[in-house]
Formats: sequence, C-alpha cells, structure tokens
Amino acid sequence: MAPTVLGAKQVSKRFGALAVLDRVDFHVQEGEAIGIVGPNGAGKTTLMNVLSGTLTPSDGHVELLGEDVTASSAADRCHRGLSKTHQIPLPFLGMTVFENIYVAASHGAALTGEAGYELTYESLKLCGMLAIANRKAETIGLLDRKRLELARALATRPKILLLDEIGGGLTDAETSELVETIRELRRRGISIVWIEHIVHVLLQVVERLICMDAGRIIADGEPIAVMKDKAVVEAYLGRTPE
Amino acid sequence: MTGAFVVERWTTASRIGFLVIAFAIVVLVAAPIVLKAGTLDRLTALFIYVMLAAMWNALAGYGGLVSIGQQLFFGLGAYFTVRLADAGLNPFASTIAAALIVAGIAWAMSHFMLQLRGGEFAIGMWVLSELTHLLVNLDRLVQGETGTSLISMNVYDPDNRRIAIYLLAFGIMVALLGALYALLRSKSGAAIQAIRDNEVAATSVGVDVLKTKRILFVLAAFGIGLAGALWLCSALTFQPKTYFSVQWTAYMIFMVLVGGIGKFEGAILGALLFFTIETWFGGTGVWYLIGLGLAAVVFSLFFPKGIWGAIEQRFGITLLPIGYRLKIIGGAE
Ligand SMILES: Nc1ncnc2c1ncn2[C@@H]1O[C@H](COP(=O)(O)OP(=O)(O)OP(=O)(O)O)[C@@H](O)[C@H]1O
Ligand SMILES: [Mg+2]
Repeated sequence: MAPTVLGAKQVSKRFGALAVLDRVDFHVQEGEAIGIVGPNGAGKTTLMNVLSGTLTPSDGHVELLGEDVTASSAADRCHRGLSKTHQIPLPFLGMTVFENIYVAASHGAALTGEAGYELTYESLKLCGMLAIANRKAETIGLLDRKRLELARALATRPKILLLDEIGGGLTDAETSELVETIRELRRRGISIVWIEHIVHVLLQVVERLICMDAGRIIADGEPIAVMKDKAVVEAYLGRTPE
Repeated sequence: MTGAFVVERWTTASRIGFLVIAFAIVVLVAAPIVLKAGTLDRLTALFIYVMLAAMWNALAGYGGLVSIGQQLFFGLGAYFTVRLADAGLNPFASTIAAALIVAGIAWAMSHFMLQLRGGEFAIGMWVLSELTHLLVNLDRLVQGETGTSLISMNVYDPDNRRIAIYLLAFGIMVALLGALYALLRSKSGAAIQAIRDNEVAATSVGVDVLKTKRILFVLAAFGIGLAGALWLCSALTFQPKTYFSVQWTAYMIFMVLVGGIGKFEGAILGALLFFTIETWFGGTGVWYLIGLGLAAVVFSLFFPKGIWGAIEQRFGITLLPIGYRLKIIGGAE
C-alpha cells in the first residue's frame, strides 16, 4: 500500500460549547484522490482547516508526510507540501492576479525571479487565467476568484492539495474543464482531497468518497457504495424515525 | 510548454518619476547654499515628518499593525542620543547608534508584542510607551521632566550645524525611503502586501507572517528612532514629555490616512500636506488642531484610500511601482 501522506488522528474541534469535529480519524495515501461530501455544517471545511493549519484542533494530532505537525503553522505545512483553496475565496485584493500567484510561487515554492515567474505563468495557464493576469483581484468575479484560489494553491507546488468547493456555479463546459485540470494534477502525482456538494462531478475524479455529518465521518470507501449507504441517505434526507 | 512572456517591473511614468526624484535630490542637497536658516529648519522638520509617515505606513498600512505608541521609539531615539553624547560619542554619530539600540529593543519587544491582536497591540504599545517614559524620567541625567540638552552640539558653529543637521536628516530620509522601497520590491515585499490584504490567505500560501511583521516592526522602530534623534539634534533640548507624547503618533496617523494608507507615495504626500497645513495654520492654536481633526474626518469619509489612492484610481498611474506586469509576447498559443 502507498504510504500515508496526511492524517488526522482523533481530531476534535470545539468552538466554545459547539463541537464541530468529534474524534475524526482521516488518512490520505500517496497519489490518492478523495472526495468529501456531507450536509451543510457537517464540519468539512473545519476538518480541512485543521489539516492545513488554519485552525488548531482542540484535541488530537495532525500528521503530514510522517511528521506530527499539529503545532506548526499553515505556512510551515505549505512549505512541506500541503496546500489548500479557501471555500470563501480570499484573494489579495490590492494585488493583480499575477502578483497573487507570484506570492505563492515565491514563498510557498520558494522560487523567485525567472523561476518564480515561470511557475506563476504555468499556474495561470493551467487555470485559464492568462487573459486577466494583470487585473487587480478586487475587480474579478466570484468564479475567477475560485480559479485564483486553485492557481495560487498550485503555485506552491503541493504534494497534497485540499480543495474546498471550487466547482460550484460552473457551467457544464467549465465543469469538464475543471475535472480535466484536476485529473492532470493527479497525473502529476498530487494527492487530492476535494470537498464538493455536486457528487457526480466528484465521481469523475475520485476513487474514494467520505461522507461527514455532525462532526463525524459516517461513511468512507468506494464512492458508489458510500452513496448507497443507509447512514448517508439518512443524513441527506433528514433522519427517519425508527 | 510555456509560451514566451516577460515580466515588467518598471513603467514609463516611473522612469520619469525617477528623473524627477534625482533632480529633487540634487536641488535639495544644494539648497543650503541659498536658503535662509529658518527655511532650512522647516525643511528638516519636513524630512522628519516624511520619515514618521513612511514608517507608520509600513507598520500599519502594510503590516496591519496599528500602533498608537510609536512615540516610544521617537522618545527612545532622542533619549539614547543624549545618553551616548553625554558619554562622549560625537552627537551626529550618536543619532545612528541610538537608532540601532532602538531597533535592538524593538526586536526584543517584537517577541511578545506581535503575539497581540488588533486593539490589544495598539493599546499595548501605548502602555509600553508610557512606561518607558516613566523609566526615562528616572534617569539622573534627565532629572524627570526638567530634561536635559544635547550640549555637545555647542562646539559647532550654529550655521554649519544647521546645514549639517539638514543634510543628515535629508540623507537619512532618502536612505530610509530607499530601503523601504527596496524591501517592497523584493520577495518580502510581495509577502508584505499579501499580509496587508489577507493574513489567513498569506499563511496558506507559505508566507511567514510573524517573520515578515517583525521586519516591519523593527524597521519602523529604527526609522522613528532616527526621527526622534534628528528632532533632538535640531531642537537641542530633551524634555521627556515632549518626545514621548502621543501627539507624534497622532500626526503619523493623520499623514498616512490623508495621504493614502498602504501606498508608498501616499505617506510622502500626507507628510507634505501636514507640513503645509502646519506651516500656514500652526500659529492658530486650538483651531489648528480642530482643522486637522476635520481634515481627517473629511478624508476618511470621502477619500477612504487617501489622496494618492484617489489619484491612482483616477489616472491609473504609479510613480514608484512595486508590482509585476505580465506581458505575453506574440499572443497566446
Ligand atoms: N469560527 C467558528 N466559530 C463558531 N462556529 C463555527 C466556526 N466555524 C465553523 N463553525 C460552525 O461549525 C459547523 C461546521 O462548519 P463547517 O464550515 O466546517 O461546515 P461545512 O461542512 O464546511 O459546511 P458547508 O457545506 O456549508 O460549507 C457549522 O455549524 C458552523 O456554523
Ligand atoms: Mg464548508
């Protein structure tokens, strides 16, 4: 079996009295593509934030490429090869699209000058953003901001990429483009964890599906089997009385 | 396959801008030949204001670190200059040495101050400034609020001294602005702007936020320390409450907000405006302060990005570019 590259061990996250993650165990193998689904408020984004270092867990450990990184910053995890997109895009509004991505290339991937420009250019091109490279990020719309999230995450040269709802609101053509891009990333050997509500899009890329509900993983395995799982169906339809 | 492209970092406006700046530098260096003593003193004050504004802007506008205690470094810069000069060091050399000590203190402070968030940091800096003021008052040389003066300056002929201080202040201002500009154009500059815009996203893409903020915090302390030291050279007397007054920080905030926060050119413009207002209305006492307050309110309501922000938006020009422009050669593939 391929080595584990990212793992959450018994991770809990509480905001005051609200328990958002409840002893979650989650592991990603090298080269794997995993989809995460679950109703609104299930804790998907929170899990991703704990994995990436944006949030510190209340309990439990996070391991990245064989090392315990629970106490290290998001920047440090990024340097080690973990990158993510934000569900609500967080562009650097006062900078151009090119500059946004160059920050990631020069800091996340530590490539400056020409090498950094090359990487920035390549990320822009892969995400179809060359035409708006010199636009200030504050002037671009939501879809482009999502693309920018992806391009910026890519420019850090990740080994593991966490994607949080980057596919919502796309046309069919745009969706297939996105699927093609993610497949290309897989071919490059990047492990992928992708949160998305639109399951049929996920199924075109992932080989493993996880369903979360109320801070727990309620199903994990082969996508079709997970979608048919009784607990999963109930979580989506609302609980049926016994 | 990557297509052909270049990344441009200078603009035509900036090339003209640099010529104008080079010309201004030559004129200002030669100015003491023709200018009267009073004018030289005023210009020295202007240079100090520019330093203050640029440094507060670096800290707040870029680092997101809004401090209302920067008078701490202004006061310490002056204090260490008096102290070092009293110990026998040349007063001009003392200014630089004092600022280096201030930078060292700021570096030590940064380890706990940068852990504080928003309002805590702002107030925390003020509290530290007040504490330091009290400690300085305990120094026997300073004798509480009686103060002391930079007596070793008296060995110089007043006219030559005035010119020397003018040139020193000008040289330091140009060096500080140059250093800040070089920093903003460097790899750290991209990180600094990213932090200004969104700290969470900056860490996500690998920016070491703490380290970057530390660079800004120490640089700002160093620059403001120099400003305090130079102010002392020109005023000669050191009374702690004059130097450790929150009024200095209020001026910095005014200059930066009016000129354009987070804009390199904005701080300079704000300092020029503040200087002009002070020159014309400074004698009108309380009305001057009311006027400053009103101007600040008007600007934050109608020009939230400051004068330079408005100019940039309206005319799309950048005199001192720090950005990157992608130019694709021969169209897309
Ligand atoms: N910083 C916070 N403080 C308090 N509560 C929070 C915070 N962040 C998230 N929550 C709560 O935690 C729960 C899980 O949020 P999370 O964003 O992880 O859900 P999600 O599964 O990503 O949902 P969605 O599909 O809507 O994006 C929600 O009830 C949310 O209100
Ligand atoms: Mg979410």
